[in-house]
Order: sequence, then C-alpha cells, then structure tokens
Amino acid sequence: MQAFIDQMIKDGAFAGVPREVVYAIAMVVTALVVLSVFVAPLAGVTSWLERRVWARMQSRVGPNRVGPQGILQWLADGIKNIMKEDIIPTAADQKLFPLAPYVVFMGFLCSFVVIPFGANLIVADLNIGILYLLAVTSLVVVGILMAGWASNNKWSLLGGMRSAAQIVSYEIPAGLSVLTVVFLAGTLSMQGIIRAQGWAPWDWFMFHNPFTFCAFFLFFTAALAEGNRTPFDIPEAESELVAGYVTEYSGMRFLFFFFAEWGNLYVIGSVATTLFMGGWQVPPVTDNPVLLGMLQFVTFFLKAYFWVFVAMWVRATLPRVRVDQLMALCWKYMVPLSFICMLGTIGFMFMDENGRRIFGALTLGFAIATIINFFRRVGFQFRAAKPELYWKPHI
Amino acid sequence: MGVVASYLKDIKDTVASTFEGMSITFSHLMRRPMTIQYPDKIPVPIQETLPHRYRGILEVDLDICTGCLACERDCPITCITIGIEMNKETKQRYFSHFDIDVCKCMYCGLCSEACPTGAIRHSQEFEGASYNPAGLVRHFAPQAQNLYKPKKGGETEPKLITKVDIGQKYLDEFATPDGGGAAEEG
Repeated sequence: MQAFIDQMIKDGAFAGVPREVVYAIAMVVTALVVLSVFVAPLAGVTSWLERRVWARMQSRVGPNRVGPQGILQWLADGIKNIMKEDIIPTAADQKLFPLAPYVVFMGFLCSFVVIPFGANLIVADLNIGILYLLAVTSLVVVGILMAGWASNNKWSLLGGMRSAAQIVSYEIPAGLSVLTVVFLAGTLSMQGIIRAQGWAPWDWFMFHNPFTFCAFFLFFTAALAEGNRTPFDIPEAESELVAGYVTEYSGMRFLFFFFAEWGNLYVIGSVATTLFMGGWQVPPVTDNPVLLGMLQFVTFFLKAYFWVFVAMWVRATLPRVRVDQLMALCWKYMVPLSFICMLGTIGFMFMDENGRRIFGALTLGFAIATIINFFRRVGFQFRAAKPELYWKPHI
Repeated sequence: MGVVASYLKDIKDTVASTFEGMSITFSHLMRRPMTIQYPDKIPVPIQETLPHRYRGILEVDLDICTGCLACERDCPITCITIGIEMNKETKQRYFSHFDIDVCKCMYCGLCSEACPTGAIRHSQEFEGASYNPAGLVRHFAPQAQNLYKPKKGGETEPKLITKVDIGQKYLDEFATPDGGGAAEEG
C-alpha cells in the first residue's frame, strides 16, 4: 500500500502537496474503502448467517423474509437502528457515554490493518504484526469498561468489570499460544508467518507437532472468550445482567457494539488462519498475478470463514459458563496448558528434521481420524433419532 | 482419585463432551425444522393442523343456546356479557346481545364446561389481530334472536338436530372428560 502511494508521488500525481498530507488522505480513503466495501457487509452478512445457522441447529427456520432467503436482513436491521432515537440517560456520563461505542469499534477496525488477505493485499505489513493485533484488540476492553462505567447503572458496571477481567485473563493463553507460532516462524510479521508455512496441510503450523495442534485450540477458545462470544458471553448475560454494558445503549450506538462483535468474529478466524492454517498459501497453479491474487484471497477468505462458522456452531452448542467457571477454565487449565504447549514446541525445535516430520504426520493423522470419527458420531445421531432429513440449505 | 488424575479427567471430559455436543448440533443442521413459517401458505389451512383439543377463540352457536347464563356466571373475568329481554306481547324471551371480549378471555374453558348444550366452545381459531380493542369483542347476536328451548323427548327439527349433536359431542369429549362438569350441573 505504502509502496503504491510512494510510486504515485514519484510519478508526480500529487505535485505541490506535502508528503504527509498525501499519506494522511491515503490512510483515510483506505480506511473508508475497507470499512464500507468489506467490513460492513461482512459483519452484516455474518449476523444474518449466524441467525440462520443457529435456527437450523435449533430446528427453526430463521430470518428469511428480507431479500432472497433473508440475506438483506442486516440492512433492514441497520436502517431500523439508525432511525431509532439515540437516548443518552441524564444520569450517564455525558462525554464518555457517547464515546464508548467508537472506542470498541476502533479497537476492532484497527486489526484490519495487519490482516493479510493475499501476498500483496495487506494494508501494512508491520514487522510486529501479531503483537500489534493483540494490542489493538485489547483496546476493546477500554471501550467496554468505559461503556459500563459511563452508563451509571449497576448491570452495566458489572458487565464492564466482568468483561475487563475476562479479556485481560484470556490474553495470557492467547498470547502464549501465539508465541508457539512466533517461535517456529521466527518473526512477528503476519506475512512472514504465512511465508514460513506452505499450502499443504502438512506444512501448516497447526500440524507441525502435537503441541501446536493443542495451541491452536487453546488460541481459538481464548479468542472466543476475548470476543465475548458464547459460551463466554458473561459480560452480556441476559439472565443475570439484562444486557451487561449495552443495557443503556439504543439506536446506532447499540448497533456499533454488535457490529464490532460480529466483525470481530472474522478477525478471530483470519488470525487463526494466518497463524496456524497457512493463510493465503495456494498451490503453484498459475503465474498470472491477478488470478493468483484472487485465488489467494478466496483461499484465505474460505479458511477464515470456516472458523467463523465453527464459532457460530459452538455458540449453538454450548451453554454459557459461570463467572467462577470461566476464571477456573482460564487460570487452572488454559494457562498451564498453553505453557506446556510453548515449552513442548521449544523442545521440538531442537529435534532433527526427520523426527519432526514423523510427529507432524502423526498429528495430521490424528486430526483426520478425529474428523472421520466426528462424521461417524453424526451418522450415529441420525440412526439414533431417525429424524426427518432436509438437506437443502434454504427453506 | 489423585489430583493429577482428576485434573486430566476434567480436560478429557471437556473435550469429549464438546465433541459429542457439536456432533449433535451438526446433525440438527440437516434435519427438517420443527417450526413452519407462519403466514406462508401450506396445503391445508393452518387451523386444521392444530391439535383437536386446541383452545382457540370462543365461539357460540346461538341456535342451541338456552340462555341459562351459566357461562356468564362461571367466567372468572366476566368477559362474557349476555343481555336477555322479553317480548311483552308474545312472552318470548330473546337475546338482545351476546358479546365475548376476546381481549379479556384467558381461555380457561370454564364456560364451555358449564354449558348444558355445548353451545359455547373453543374453536380452532387463533388469529385475533385487530386495529383496536373494540374490534376484538365478538358479537354473537347482531340482531335479536330467540332463545333455544330443548324439547322433551329429543330434538325433531332436522337443522337443529345436527347442531345439538355437535354440542353434545363437544361436551362429552372435551368439556367434561371425567363427568365433573356434568355432575355440577346436575
């Protein structure tokens, strides 16, 4: 991106304009394009798809009225929320209350800077990419705490406090799991981590050794908890806290919180893909740069969206955990396990290439056996329940 | 069980139960939804798909209503209002109005149990949308209508025979499943 702007400056496209101004305008334009063309429709369609997937998993139909199969439901919801009155309670903090949704939203949107959609399709390939990403996603906690405090409401404050405790705790297993990959790749740059992997599953860090395989699931669980997703959505637990830190919000500000939540789902998926699943790496099938770029984008998108689907699936499966269970899971299980994964990966780095390949093949074999066993269990569920099947995705 | 063993067992249980739960929800993805999209057209009217004993909005067959006011007295929330007047010349009593306020009705079914002829009963109807509460008041006697007088030795008029039979069938099947309602009336 920066190289492209530098080239334009060199060609004299912006003659007479100071370089800093050109950079600033380029940044704003890029942010607007990314937001309006990619992030907003993605978060919206994800919200629709999530509701459809839950509905089918719970034997319901789901929203299918607005547009074909309800795919425009997110537009209808957005327009409805924009037109609603934006209430700021008199007892709320008049400055912090309106500001909080934007801090949450900024924390989520900033992470798109380092997400590598393709070999050349990245806003900025920072040399501290993954560290930057961990830093800006924890900016969300500031916004949530701000919303909880500024609402001047006990539910909101409890929700904000819980969220802060949760996000800060789960940063540790997430960071340690990321560290296993950083050790193997030897770099913090997102593109560097992807280039250290290959297109084939046996070249992915996920199947590098048994410890990175565990680290992947620890990372994914911790990322779900950081994104306040079910089963870890205690900050907004309806049954005890009404809606947690969003209790007092209405209209567009309310929407911003959920925009960030659903968009964050894609960020979780794409980070998991980048770190553990080879990112945009594709088999060398074509030399055409445009075709290759599109192929890389599609590969990356599908891999990332698969994990978005898994997050929806987990949400439809598991009940919400209690606060003490949440903390016990983090500190008593995930933190020690992620330490073990990190140390184990360090041990594997001393192993010679042949020994490492054997363990990688064993890990991949275990994963394939798990998937086969999974489908056998699904088949068992069908045989046990004898349900009326309906294979079509639409209804 | 040792501490380490129980710790490892917790991890194993978490992974195994999540795995099993996710296989169940995934199998639900391929099942036919239990619910139907309500306003959509389905091959038969939706009222016919309801259970036979469904307690829908009350309906009254005034042709076999004796005007005993048992339903009005039994209604816990007085949603039934019946007006009976007498024609001075012919000494014939008639309904001036018979209104049921569906807004108030809680579908307890006490009125249909009390009815001696089964004239008031729950229908399969449930679509009660209206622009104002007044629209939800059902008027069963739009014009004056004479009371029904049961004849000794059974009904003879063919039009009424079927109606009396329907009412009696309703009483036998639903309103007094254990004979309790009939005993109270007797």
